[in-house]
Amino acid sequence: MKINMTHLRQLEAESIHIIREVAAEFENPVMLYSIGKDYSVMLHLARKAFYPGKPPFPLMHVDTTWKFREMIEFRDRIASEYGFDLLIYTNEEGAKQGVSPFTHGSALYTDIMKTEGLKQALDKYKFDAAFGGARRDEEKSRAKERIFSFRTESHRWDPKSQRPELWNLYNAKVRPGESIRAFPLSNWTELDIWQYIYLEQIPIVPLYYSAVRPVVERDGMLIMIDDDRLKLLPGEKVEEKSVRFRTLGCYPLTGAVESTAATLPEIIQEMLLTRTSERQGRLIDHDQAGSMEKKKQEGYF
Amino acid sequence: MAHQSDLIAEDILAYLKAQEEKGMLRFITCGSVDDGKSTLIGRLLWDSKLVFEDQLAALEVDSKKVGTQGEEIDYALLLDGLQAEREQGITIDVAYRFFSTDKRKFIVADTPGHEQYTRNMVTGASTAGVAVILVDARKGVLTQTRRHSFLVSLVGIRKIILAINKMDLVDYDAERYETICDEYREFAKDLGFEEIACIPISALKGDNVIERTDVTSWYDGPTLMEYLETVQVSDRQTQLPFRLPVQWVNRPNLDFRGFSGTIASGTVRPGDEVIVPASGQKSHVERIVTMDGDLDEAMAGQAVTVTLTDEIDISRGDLLASPEARPSYADQFEAHLVWMHEETLLPGRSYLLKCGATTVPAQISDLKYKINVNTLIREPGKTLDLNEIGVCNLTLSKSISFDPYKENRGTGNFVLIDRMTNATVGAGMIDFPLRRATNIHWQSIDIDKKSRAELKGQKPRVLWFTGLSGAGKSTIANMVEKKLHSLGKHSYLLDGDNVRHGLNRDLGFTDADRVENIRRVAEVSKLMVDAGLVVLVSFISPFRSERRMARELFESGEFVEVYVNTPIEVCEERDVKGLYKKARSGELKNFTGIDSAYEAPESAEIVVDSSSQPAEEIAEEIVRQLFG
Repeated sequence: MKINMTHLRQLEAESIHIIREVAAEFENPVMLYSIGKDYSVMLHLARKAFYPGKPPFPLMHVDTTWKFREMIEFRDRIASEYGFDLLIYTNEEGAKQGVSPFTHGSALYTDIMKTEGLKQALDKYKFDAAFGGARRDEEKSRAKERIFSFRTESHRWDPKSQRPELWNLYNAKVRPGESIRAFPLSNWTELDIWQYIYLEQIPIVPLYYSAVRPVVERDGMLIMIDDDRLKLLPGEKVEEKSVRFRTLGCYPLTGAVESTAATLPEIIQEMLLTRTSERQGRLIDHDQAGSMEKKKQEGYF
Repeated sequence: MAHQSDLIAEDILAYLKAQEEKGMLRFITCGSVDDGKSTLIGRLLWDSKLVFEDQLAALEVDSKKVGTQGEEIDYALLLDGLQAEREQGITIDVAYRFFSTDKRKFIVADTPGHEQYTRNMVTGASTAGVAVILVDARKGVLTQTRRHSFLVSLVGIRKIILAINKMDLVDYDAERYETICDEYREFAKDLGFEEIACIPISALKGDNVIERTDVTSWYDGPTLMEYLETVQVSDRQTQLPFRLPVQWVNRPNLDFRGFSGTIASGTVRPGDEVIVPASGQKSHVERIVTMDGDLDEAMAGQAVTVTLTDEIDISRGDLLASPEARPSYADQFEAHLVWMHEETLLPGRSYLLKCGATTVPAQISDLKYKINVNTLIREPGKTLDLNEIGVCNLTLSKSISFDPYKENRGTGNFVLIDRMTNATVGAGMIDFPLRRATNIHWQSIDIDKKSRAELKGQKPRVLWFTGLSGAGKSTIANMVEKKLHSLGKHSYLLDGDNVRHGLNRDLGFTDADRVENIRRVAEVSKLMVDAGLVVLVSFISPFRSERRMARELFESGEFVEVYVNTPIEVCEERDVKGLYKKARSGELKNFTGIDSAYEAPESAEIVVDSSSQPAEEIAEEIVRQLFG
């Protein structure tokens, strides 16, 4: 008999344990769904946790209205295929005011459409727990994040008042209005995620695979022209390049990388041989050191 | 990045295949800023090529701005997370780091070593299999080294790496290394470690961290990384009896009823018998269900769903266990408790206790003593403050299933939650169960034990004679009482057989009845001691936990356990009541020493043997010792 479980099986078991614990302890949990690869893994783990039953919570996508079209197609297909209840929430106030990454700048736009939208959605449905797909290896300030991360009534994260987590015991007690963000993938690294996707053949948005796509170079990043809302600035020109995305978000804020990796093994190979971390592709992290921490205190995932 | 294997570029599929088999190790690093702990972890991340170019660029900027290494790169800055901490220049919480080699993935719990952060170290150690304890080669074993070692042993870590750092600053002196190793091994010999690997390193220079260097040619042991890649820790939980705390009852339709949870210890196969200790109901495992198909076997660490052959009542919080090795089921136990919160522990206050998937109200009924983490000396105390550790009795509002933490790291731990603030305020490791009556409030009576005892001119106490049938308990107790009588002492002898004719005549000889038998006698003794008498109890009382329960009823010094340790061969040969003969022939069931266990005392006040010394002499000695 094999005495040791492989690292992926250990991570998988830990995540399933966390997902079951949230489902059992909270009255009204929700699984946030950003459609990215980590969320594909989290969804897969949620299905495993309750098999042969279905996960006893809905999925929720906070739609900024600026996601890649392929992401939206993928989202709808996956939800219906697996029979998940899918909630879609958009900050209507922001949308009505025409808040976009172009008019308001990336920081303000993210704050209104993403952070504010998420808070509104959680308040609207009175969710007392929300699963997120964040990992501790993504960014320095995440290394100390709890698996059950406590948020105040105003969704604030206070690094000083986080609860110690010992063994596999998670304190799930909250008062009305307070909530927990639960991170089942805390201990996974980017490589683990990719290896697991490969091992389990988990579907991911095709944008992760290389293809010839129309892109424009802006602020040192390759931005894909996903629809006609992206207006070219003077001097910019559209190029057809073989690119893929290492991370997915709002298309005007997400940089593509030039690549020919069109299969999972090729993606993993490319990742192992590259020398830049994946958040490099996200505009919102590029402020001064500690920017993520500030965003988290304000309620960003 | 992390993996230098040429396979990545040449044959990615073969590489991925090899990676699938990789194991995982969680470890904790203990040491202070001065020991170079952050530098060591930074070095592990660095040398395993886990630092990306954009992070490196940020690191170079940070090193110049706030680093402590001049123009050099300050690896420690790779680790600092929260801004406030960075400004203070210290790490104040547990951070988890990840790196991997071609052999293993590692999760490092990085915790600070300052005294006030016992909380963080215990938190980080709770999930770790190995501890890396750093010492500065110039300073050797310090108070904090002892503190760290005690804390990781408390949390059940059995494999220690003593990383003797900064060897470059002592000229890689072999003698210095030997001295520190010897001193540490001597100090740690009572901490229950299975393995201590002393490794001479320089985190700053990289000596013996990943690569062996010739500056320590006198050292032939593994490098830090070699040890981390090969040390075995996970087999222990698998070899323990089966335990599955039920997290979730999976009932998607009327035809399926599964019990989901993570196996805390042992292994399970379809057909295995399991018991629910809370109800005593048994059934057999029918299937082990996963989305990838049913399993033939599952083991500790796996998150599974099992179905049973019978419809028995099971809900979240129940424990499925192997019936051959049942867990304890009790509403009171002794535990080591680490206080994790600024708000002081209040004995008597009701907290929520979460153990496995069960949450029940609980209170600390008795704080026995505190442990000074620096000296390991027991100190009296009435409360626990943040970062203090105490040994205490807890009383729960209902019984739960558990194992002593020393026996099973997976089922003997708990956290305490404040019911007002919902903060996690304590973390505990269960020592053993107590079986005591619930707290019924006492009527206060003006004439108390002390005044009754003074009137009789004696110190009331109970002499608890335990041992096999025919060991000579009653004979000796009888002689002791005669001597006490002649000394003018007021006494009473409670004899097992006699009490069973009256007070306990409704009880048989099953384990449950034996427990109740002892409970009643212990309570009667307590009343008699309260009345000021010297009580002699002559009962086989085969179980440790019941004798402990009896002892718990009395004040310190009142309970004297007398173990009549006469060999079973002698008892059986005597066979005064002809019972051994009956038991051997199968006519008498549940006979202690034959087909029912006798658990010998571990720390009886008095141990005697009536086969090697006349009863009269033994009685004489007991009286002289206790009343002389």
